[in-house]
Amino acid sequence: MNEKTKYKAVIGLEMHCELKSNSKVFSSARNSFNEIPNDNIMPLDMGFPGTLPVTNKKCVSDAIKMALVLNCQIPKYMTFDRKNYYYPDLPKGYQITQFYNPVGTNGHITIEVNKEKKDVLIHDIHLEEDAASLDHYDDISCIDYNRCGVPLLELVTEPCLSTAEEAVAFLEHMRNTYRYCDVSEADSKKGQIRCDVNISIMDYDSQELGTKVEIKNVNSFGAVYDVINYEINRQSTLKDLGRYNEVEQETRRWDEETKSTIRMRSKADAIDYKYFPEPNIPPYEITSAWINEIKSSIPILPLERKNIYMTKYNLNDYDASIIIKNKAISDYYEECLKLNINPKIAANWVITQIIGSLNELDININDFYLTPNLLKQITDAIEKNIISSKQAKEIYQKSIDEQKEPKNFISIENSQITDETALQKIITNILNNNQTQIEQYKNGKTNLFDYFVGQVMKETRGKANPTLTKEILQKELNK
Amino acid sequence: MNYLNKSITELHNLLINKEVTSEELIKEALTKSHEVNAKYNAFVTILDNAKPTEITDDLLSGIPFGIKDNYSTKDILSTGSSNTLNNYVPFFDATAVANLKKHNAVPVNKTAMDEFGLGGTGTTAHTGIIKNPWDPTRMCAGSSAGSACAVASGVYPYALGSDTGDSIRKPAAYCGIVGYKPTYGMISRYGLFPFASSLDHCGVLTRNVTDAAIVVDEMKSKDDKDMTSWDSSNINLYKNLTKDIKNKKVCYIKEICDINNYPNANQELKKHLDNFYQTLEKLKEIGVEVKEESVDKTLLNALASVYVVISCAEATSNLSNLTGIVFGPRKDSTNIFETMKKHRTEGFSPLIKRRFIIGSYVLQSENQERYFRNAQRVRRLLVDEWLKLFTKYDAIILPVSTGPAKKLDQNETIKNEENTILEEHLQIGNFGGFPSITIPNGFINNLPVGINITGNRYNDQTVLNIAYALEQQMNYQNQIAREINN
Repeated sequence: MNEKTKYKAVIGLEMHCELKSNSKVFSSARNSFNEIPNDNIMPLDMGFPGTLPVTNKKCVSDAIKMALVLNCQIPKYMTFDRKNYYYPDLPKGYQITQFYNPVGTNGHITIEVNKEKKDVLIHDIHLEEDAASLDHYDDISCIDYNRCGVPLLELVTEPCLSTAEEAVAFLEHMRNTYRYCDVSEADSKKGQIRCDVNISIMDYDSQELGTKVEIKNVNSFGAVYDVINYEINRQSTLKDLGRYNEVEQETRRWDEETKSTIRMRSKADAIDYKYFPEPNIPPYEITSAWINEIKSSIPILPLERKNIYMTKYNLNDYDASIIIKNKAISDYYEECLKLNINPKIAANWVITQIIGSLNELDININDFYLTPNLLKQITDAIEKNIISSKQAKEIYQKSIDEQKEPKNFISIENSQITDETALQKIITNILNNNQTQIEQYKNGKTNLFDYFVGQVMKETRGKANPTLTKEILQKELNK
Repeated sequence: MNYLNKSITELHNLLINKEVTSEELIKEALTKSHEVNAKYNAFVTILDNAKPTEITDDLLSGIPFGIKDNYSTKDILSTGSSNTLNNYVPFFDATAVANLKKHNAVPVNKTAMDEFGLGGTGTTAHTGIIKNPWDPTRMCAGSSAGSACAVASGVYPYALGSDTGDSIRKPAAYCGIVGYKPTYGMISRYGLFPFASSLDHCGVLTRNVTDAAIVVDEMKSKDDKDMTSWDSSNINLYKNLTKDIKNKKVCYIKEICDINNYPNANQELKKHLDNFYQTLEKLKEIGVEVKEESVDKTLLNALASVYVVISCAEATSNLSNLTGIVFGPRKDSTNIFETMKKHRTEGFSPLIKRRFIIGSYVLQSENQERYFRNAQRVRRLLVDEWLKLFTKYDAIILPVSTGPAKKLDQNETIKNEENTILEEHLQIGNFGGFPSITIPNGFINNLPVGINITGNRYNDQTVLNIAYALEQQMNYQNQIAREINN
C-alpha cells in the first residue's frame, strides 16, 4: 500500500487520550484501572439526581500543559459546555466537554516522518469526561461506570496530513509527548488512546477538497494505518470508476475482522448535540502566573533532546532515536552525562546492554538496580584500565544478578585476570620453568594439562580466568 | 394544645424550658400533616416514624419541618413529584438537609410540588393538585406548593423550598406567609434535583422574617460539592436582624406598579396595587426613602420569554438523566433505547414534555443564536438594569402577582397578556441571583397577597432587615390559614 497514490489524501485526526489523575475529572471517585466493575464510582458518575460536577484542578493544569506543548492559544478563562445526547453509557444524558472555548486552539507541533520534519497544525485541544463502558453478552448488556468521568484530552488536528505514515508518526509523537509530560500512560492496549480519522481525496492539481468521511473509534495505531489506506483505496477506486458521488459525507467504523470500514450514519442523520455552557461550573481564570508555573513543569521534549544528543554529543540519528523513545531511559542517559560519563560510551551502554536487560527482566528503568552512579563505577574502571571491556560486561551482569555494587567485583585484589596478554605472559613464564613436564605431556601424559592449569592458578592466586587460561595453554602446549 | 402555629424562637424557648418535648411537637406535626394532606394534598410522604432529637442551643433542635420533594433525602422517598422517580429512595442527603440535621432539626414530611419544579400552579404533582388552605378552590401557586400550604396551615414553622422563577416567593404570597431565597450559591444546591441550574435557588418558607433568617443561617454553607457555592460563614442573618432601617433607600418600578399599565385592570388588581402603595407609606413612616424608577418597558416585556427559553433549555438537559436505567421505575421493552423512551413518555406530565420540546428547539444549532443566545443577552441586560438600580438603592420593592391566589378551574393558558410583567417579574431575581423575599401584605377579598423585596447579591442582610422592619409595621406575621367562604 506504500506506492504513490493516484490522488492526494487529506487527513485529519481526533485523538482522545485518558489523563492520569488521582480522582476523576468532575467527581472524587478514583481514576485508576479497576477490574471490579462499578467500584470506582461516586453518585455523579451514575447521574444521580442533584449531584454536581466539581472540576479536578490537576486535570485542568495538565490540559493547559498540553495546550502549551502544542503551541496553542490559551483562553483567559477555563469554561465547560454540555454535549447532549441519549446513550446508555452516558448516565447524565450529556457529556461535559469544552466546545465554545477549548483550553487550546490554533496550535502546531513539529514531528518527524522518515527523518523529515513536518509541522502538524492543531485545530484545538480540550478537556472532557469519558463515558461508561458497555459489555455486551448474548442476551444482556452490562454497564460499568468505572470509566465514566475519567478525564480525557481530545486533540483535533487540521486536515493537514496526507499519508498513513504521517498520521501514525504524529500519533506516536503525541503518545511519547504525553508520556514525557507525565500526563498519561497513553497505552492504547488499555484503551487509553482512541482515534477518529477524517479523510478525503482530491486530484493533486486541484484546489477543491473532496468529500470528507469520518471513521470513528479506531483504537490502535496499526488500525489507523490500515483505515487510512483502506479509505484512500476505497475512495480512489470509486473515483476511478466515475462513481465518486457514491463517496458520501458520512460516519463509518473500522471492522477489525473484515479489515474494512462500515457505514454507520450519513451526515444528514448527524446528531445535533445542542451544546451550551455548563451552568454548574463557573468560569475560572487561567492566570499568567498559573501558566508560568505549568510551563516550568514541562520537561525538554523528545525531538529537542534528540537534537541535543546529535549536535552536542555526536550521537547518530539511530542511537539518539532509541534513547528518546522512552523518557525514563532518556532521563537515565542524561543522568549519566551529569556524572561525566562519556556521552558515546553512556549511549553504548544504554543501547547495547541496559535496554536488553530491561526487556529480559521485564522492568522499567526506574526499577533497574544499576543506577547511573553504579554504572559510572564500571565506566571509570574501564577508563583507568583496571578492567577490560569484556570484564566490564561480566561485572555489569554480576552486579545486576547479585544486586551488589560493581566496585565489589572491580578491586585489583579480586578481579579476574581476563586480559589475554597479561595471562599469556604468566603462562609463558610457567611453561619456561616446567620444561620436563612439557616433554612428558607431549609424550602422551595428557593429564598433566591440569597440572599446568593448577600452576597458573597458583601463580595468580586463583584470579586467572579459567576458560582463557585453558585456551592459552592448549595453544602453547600444542605448538 | 396547639404549638406549631408558633415561631421558631417561641418553640425553642418552650423546648428549653421543658414546657413541651420534641416528641410532642413531632406528634402534633404528624397529626396535622395527615389532616392537611387529606384536605389539600400537600405531601408526597409523611414520615410517621420521625424521631425526636436532643434539645440543644441550636434554635432548630427538636423542631419539626418539611422538605420539598426535590431535595435528595437519605433513605426517604424523593420523587420530585414525578412518576419518573416514584420509587426513588436516595442514599445521600442534599447538603442543605444534612446541614439542618446537624442542628437536630426534625424532618416530618416531604412536600408535593409541581413536577421537578417546572410549573407555577401546584397542579402537576404526580400525587395530584395541591389546594390553597385559605380557599381550596384556589391554587397555592408553585412550584413549592406543598411547602407553602403546610407552613400556612401550621403544620410546622418552616419548610424547605426551591425557587427557579418565583417558586418560593409566589406560593408564599398566595398562602399569606414568608418566602425567602438568598443570594445564588449561599445555600449549596448539591442534592437539589435540578430544574435550571443557573436559576435554581434553595430557600425557605416561614411565617415570619426572623424564622427565615434563622433557617437560612443553618442551611447555608460553602460546599465542596457545589462549585457555585460561596463562603458566607461571616454572615449571621439572625443575629444581625434589625428594625433600624432609617435612611435606607428603596425604589419601585413604574412600569410594573402603575395602574395605568393595565388598561383592562379588574377590581382585584386595582385593590392589589393600592394596597401596595399604602404599604410603601408605612416604609416612609419608619424613615425609608422610597422612590419611583422607570425601566424600559420593551426590556421588561422580554423577561417572561427569556425565562422560558433559558429555563426550558437547561431543564431539557438537566432531566436527561431520567431514563429508568439506574434509578426510577425501569420499563420493560425490546431494547434499551425503547426502555428509555418508554420511561420518559409514560413518566413525565404533558406540561413538562412541552417544556422539553421548547428547550430542545431553542438549543438546536440552527435556532440557538436566535433564541438561546439572545435570551442570555437579554438576561444580562435585565440584570444590568437591576444592578444599576442597586447602585442607587438598597432594594427594589414590588407587588407579587396581580392579586391573591387564582381559582384552580381558571384555565391557566388564558393569561392576560398585559399582566405578564406583573406576574413574572420575580424571575429577574433568579436571572441575577439576587436575594429576594416575599412577605404577607394584607388581604384582598379576604385572601392574602404578598409584597417582595429584592436586593443586590450578597446583600441578604439588608433585604431581610427591610422585610423585618416592614413586617413589624404590619400585623400579618405568624398568621395561620383559615378557610374562607368567598
